[in-house]
Amino acid sequence: MLLHVEHLKVTFHDRSSLFDAVEDFSLQMEEGEVVGIVGESGSGKSMTAHALMGLIPRAKADISGKALFRGADLLAMSRAQLRQVQGRELSIIFQEPMTSLNPTMRIGRQVEDALRVHTKLGAGERRARALEAMALAGLSDPEKLYRCYPHQLSGGMRQRVMIAAALVLRPRLLIADEPTTALDVTIQAQILDTLKDINRTEGTAILFISHDLGVVKALCQRVVVMRHGLIVEEGPADQVFYHPREGYTRQLIAARPTRKKLRGGGEDG
Amino acid sequence: MRKRKNWYFVLGLILTALSVGYSALGLFWTPYSSTAMVGADRYALPSLAHPFGCDHMGRDVFSRTLEGASATLTIALAVIVIGFMAGLVIGALCGYYGGAADAVVMRICDAIAAFPSVLLGLVILALTGPGKYNVILALGILFIPSFARLVRGEFLKYRDRDFVRAARLMGVSPLRILFSHILPNTWPVLLSGLTIGFNNAVLAEASMSYLGIGVGPGDTSLGRMISEAQSYFTTAPWLVLFPALVTVLLILGAGMLGEGIRERLGED
Amino acid sequence: MTKTILKRLGLLVVTLLLVTFLAFVAFSILPGDPTNSILGLNATQEQVDALRAQLGLDLPLWQRYLNWLGGLFTGNLGISYNYDMPVGQLLAGRVGVTAALAGLSFVLIVVISIPLGILCARYEGGVLDRALTVLNQITMSIPNFLLGFLLTFLFSLVLRWFTVGSFSAATAQGFWDWLSYLFFPALAIALPKSAMTVKMLRGSILGEMREDYIRTAYSKGNSKGAVLWRFALRNAMIPVITFLAMTIADVVAGSIVVEQVFAVQGIGQMLVTSIGNRDYPVVQAIVAFIALIVVVCNFAADGLYRVMDPRLRQR
Repeated sequence: MLLHVEHLKVTFHDRSSLFDAVEDFSLQMEEGEVVGIVGESGSGKSMTAHALMGLIPRAKADISGKALFRGADLLAMSRAQLRQVQGRELSIIFQEPMTSLNPTMRIGRQVEDALRVHTKLGAGERRARALEAMALAGLSDPEKLYRCYPHQLSGGMRQRVMIAAALVLRPRLLIADEPTTALDVTIQAQILDTLKDINRTEGTAILFISHDLGVVKALCQRVVVMRHGLIVEEGPADQVFYHPREGYTRQLIAARPTRKKLRGGGEDG
Repeated sequence: MRKRKNWYFVLGLILTALSVGYSALGLFWTPYSSTAMVGADRYALPSLAHPFGCDHMGRDVFSRTLEGASATLTIALAVIVIGFMAGLVIGALCGYYGGAADAVVMRICDAIAAFPSVLLGLVILALTGPGKYNVILALGILFIPSFARLVRGEFLKYRDRDFVRAARLMGVSPLRILFSHILPNTWPVLLSGLTIGFNNAVLAEASMSYLGIGVGPGDTSLGRMISEAQSYFTTAPWLVLFPALVTVLLILGAGMLGEGIRERLGED
Repeated sequence: MTKTILKRLGLLVVTLLLVTFLAFVAFSILPGDPTNSILGLNATQEQVDALRAQLGLDLPLWQRYLNWLGGLFTGNLGISYNYDMPVGQLLAGRVGVTAALAGLSFVLIVVISIPLGILCARYEGGVLDRALTVLNQITMSIPNFLLGFLLTFLFSLVLRWFTVGSFSAATAQGFWDWLSYLFFPALAIALPKSAMTVKMLRGSILGEMREDYIRTAYSKGNSKGAVLWRFALRNAMIPVITFLAMTIADVVAGSIVVEQVFAVQGIGQMLVTSIGNRDYPVVQAIVAFIALIVVVCNFAADGLYRVMDPRLRQR
């Protein structure tokens, strides 16, 4: 078992009010599996991803439940222990490739960042590994991109840089938080292909989060549908897509064509 | 959700009310004449009769701070009125119409704003000679660019909003659009800018009067009082202390008020 | 790249010419003839004409400007009406004093504000952060000449760490002498500016810490300290460095005022005295000199901004 989440609950305490972003979330994932989480904005899917990744400041929210990652509970770890996992065995890519890269740092250094944190490799070795990861993420001419700054790249290329940076240490699990939402449809398809290839060649498990059930179906074997912080429906991708049991899932499918209108409109789980 | 208490705003309002009230009082009333010299009272310590003591010439320091504060307040207010009015017109036109004229005007504004206002004030007063009205005129002109820039930014922000476009389509005159459609929306930001302007005006006036290049020799001013008291600092520190306190409270009050306004804006 | 630099250098030269021209013309078109104040009202017409020729006042304005501009480089800036002495000679000793004062103030600003700004941001909402926020607000409200008094009072009269007295290049002996004389005046100039810089740097860092790329850095396993130092700080410093470069102008202006408090014999004190004496050749020279510093600092700030931010580099 790669990931075993049980009764994950995320409660934000903002001054005087409490707000459950995730009420009850459970999931089991095997090594190399590709699982999708689908839901509209506010359904808690991104919060689930960020909670697993340890990106929600503990001062801002209470996180309870269990999240066993290769046997160790991510939620019970100290910050120092968690940092050992982050970027090494567990990686994440985000929805906003435009802003998720540091504007004043060269691409190469950003791809290498996890190597700097987790290994004692020399500059030459780091560079070689970074170039390799960039090629794996489908970037042509990594040598040239290595010295570029993010603003010189297109959105699709930046997302590939994010993928390369996430994969540089070959994590066992890649969490992809709406990685294609901000991109054009053609670029979106190419990025999905790349993720598929990576899953096949490297055996990296992917937890793919999206509001678009169609995209999830194209990539994932299994789907979890979320609404208001709860799991509504779960099952093999084809089954959920073609024979949805729940009315909410049907609405999600029916709502698909409008996603173009939604794109770039502050989509957030 | 309950709003956190905006201490800056509350304290700033209290301090401003106190210091401005104090200064305004000096316009109408002082317990003694600020220039009356009583030989026997030279260097008198603070007492009931003279709460702030008396200076080296036997003049009542309390009366003098009242009058000095009112002079500083009048000058600062006049300066921001001039600076703000002109800045408002220039900034509104530049922000709303844009174009080459806007670029040129803003370049000039940047150039002027790059120079510290105390320095430019000194240069202008070197040309015109000292005096209350010259100080007002010099600082007023120097404050135009920063206000113009602030107003321009705000008007630029609202220029293409839907309600402005709608007004334009309905044939509302540009003047009305500028001052009754856009202006009301910009008040919060402009208000916070006004408090900064007020602070800078008090600071600049005090510095220039301290240097002896501000108000004329006959006028009482906080800066001038401090510079006169400088020589007696070791023997009669209260001569510096009280005008200094009044100056600091004027600036502190407006500064905190501005901070409070910005905090309030940030929360919305 | 080269083209951009050349273009900006050209702009710099034009700006400098414009600023010096304004400084020159402003003090040259004044009513009243300087010969009156030098020779008195009883001078004969021959005496006046001779002096006018000697001072170069008989030439047309543009020619006088060019002569004066040339003098800026050779140090021949005319004769002070009041001291009857070449302006260049009069200022020579004082420029160094003011430069040292301004330089020391600037160093103090950087040394005080950068660590404090970082600490405040690192421990946001902590005791130090809250205490400094209050202290900042108060410090910013004290005019620098008053701060000069406070420092004099505390360190000279109460603690007796230094003695107030006139300071000039001539009386100073050695580096430490300079430093100990100028430290407190420099502090009076530096403290209010430091308060502003701390506030700005803190805000800038906290702003950067909310950016998406910071989340990316955390996701790679970076600690909070590493995120702040290696990622946020550089970006947060971009606006602060620009601010600091522009602060130099304020520091020079501040030294005009503070020199008066501590009786430091720099060009600021000379400027104030000369304005009082209507000694325009001196005023002209000092104003032009300060204007040059302001313009050059602004260009430096702009250039630094471009170097620090790769997004602006190609433009």
